[in-house]
Amino acid sequence: MSEPKIRIRGLKKSFAGKQVLDGVDLDIAAGSSMVILGGSGSGKSVTIKCLLGLITPDAGTIEIDGRNILTLPAGEREALNDRIGMLFQNGALFDSLPVWENVCFKLLAQNRIPRAKARDKAAEVLAQVGLAASVGDLSPAELSGGMQKRVALARAIAATPDIILFDEPTTGLDPIMGAVIDGLIRDCVQRLGATAVSITHDMASARRIGDAAAMLFKGRIIWNGPAAELGHTGNAMVDQFANGERDGPIQMELRR
Amino acid sequence: MSAATEAAPRRKPLDIVLDGVAAIGRGAISGLRSVGAVVLFAAEGVSHLARPPFYGRLVLRHFIEIAYFSLPVVALTAIFTGMVLALQSYTGFARFNAEGAVANVVVISITRELGPVLAGLMVAGRIGAAFAAEIGTMRVTDQIDALTTLSTNPQKFLVAPRLLAGTLALPLLVVVADVLGIMGGWIIATAKLDFSSLAYLKATTDFLQFSDVMSGLVKAAVFGFIIALMGCWCGYNSRGGAQGVGGATTSAVVTSSILILALDYVLTELFFAR
Repeated sequence: MSEPKIRIRGLKKSFAGKQVLDGVDLDIAAGSSMVILGGSGSGKSVTIKCLLGLITPDAGTIEIDGRNILTLPAGEREALNDRIGMLFQNGALFDSLPVWENVCFKLLAQNRIPRAKARDKAAEVLAQVGLAASVGDLSPAELSGGMQKRVALARAIAATPDIILFDEPTTGLDPIMGAVIDGLIRDCVQRLGATAVSITHDMASARRIGDAAAMLFKGRIIWNGPAAELGHTGNAMVDQFANGERDGPIQMELRR
Repeated sequence: MSAATEAAPRRKPLDIVLDGVAAIGRGAISGLRSVGAVVLFAAEGVSHLARPPFYGRLVLRHFIEIAYFSLPVVALTAIFTGMVLALQSYTGFARFNAEGAVANVVVISITRELGPVLAGLMVAGRIGAAFAAEIGTMRVTDQIDALTTLSTNPQKFLVAPRLLAGTLALPLLVVVADVLGIMGGWIIATAKLDFSSLAYLKATTDFLQFSDVMSGLVKAAVFGFIIALMGCWCGYNSRGGAQGVGGATTSAVVTSSILILALDYVLTELFFAR
């Protein structure tokens, strides 16, 4: 196998004595779309935040293109973030800025592009996610949930990153809009030739956007393989999760 | 029940005293840690003002938000304070046949103290709360994390422009407050207390010194910095959704108001102590 784009080894993180990540090992191939599955509190978001540098893990390594990003100096770490796009669960659009400035935020903030050109660029990227240029003049609060997700996707891809992270991209959307967002994610990732990492517990979404999938349970990866196998992997825990069955090896801790 | 009562060890009086001392110590250490964290936060915010990229557009936006949109509240506060001051000092001084000193008292009180302090407190309520609420909401909706992922340092983008705008805008507001406060005193003196308009204005200009105005403006710059700093700090560190943002907003207003009053004493001591 060729060198993976992202290699995670022995990643550990605890909060107030609670071990959230307990030695995560995962390889993600360049140009592939990896979906990380797991129940609430299984450590999916913490893993992705470690990748983004928003949380510093207690132990382990995260290599991108063979370099451990956890030991990079601050300047290099910031430069690395230039190559990473991120779609947050709730969009995290900046309320104080119009849509077009949100889309081209990175380009404008680093003075890489004049404002007049940024407007044209925003219209171009909005078109890629199926939105009219006129949406650029609206404020994020004026958009529906689905439109906000599409604007957030446009912002994530505007600077043509080579890694894109998606945090629950279809949460809170109706099934049709969820499928639309998944299709756009798939198209954008393929067009950019980027490596994608998504976290979700929407199984339909996982099958649509993932080439590969991995499941986190109690802070460890308990299975990884082709996304097409989800539901009939032979791993009882993964199959229970993928099929949404109440009975199985994973027991929800409910107080009765 | 009786067995459980017997099992519980009885605490010695010395232990109770030591627990109290330990609690005070923990509070003191926690307080010092918070002060240190705020100082580091301020130092980092200020350091970003000297390093590119610079966000001039944001500085201008916050400057207008502070200076222009706070004008009505500061103006009304100043003018009524000047009016009350003239009335109160007149009735007080009349007991010693010193009514002529009203103009002097009004001008020195407004320029040295009441202009900067009242403008500071008004702006703390308006702008400190607004900064804390905006940045706090950005924190709890992942917008600050989004800034980091967009290769933008949140302190440079959110804190540094607000600190600069606050430091520049408040002195401007205090100039307006000084003029209107003195005018408030003049209105009452001439309309109600039978002062001659020219005599009152002459007494004001004769008594006013450049250092009085300057000390007020320096205080205003410090207060503006403190208001912006506490608004940013409380918002930046808010946690826990709407309740956390509400708490951050309250903390920003309360801490900046207390700091304004405490620093007013320190600065007055520095400028005028003999």
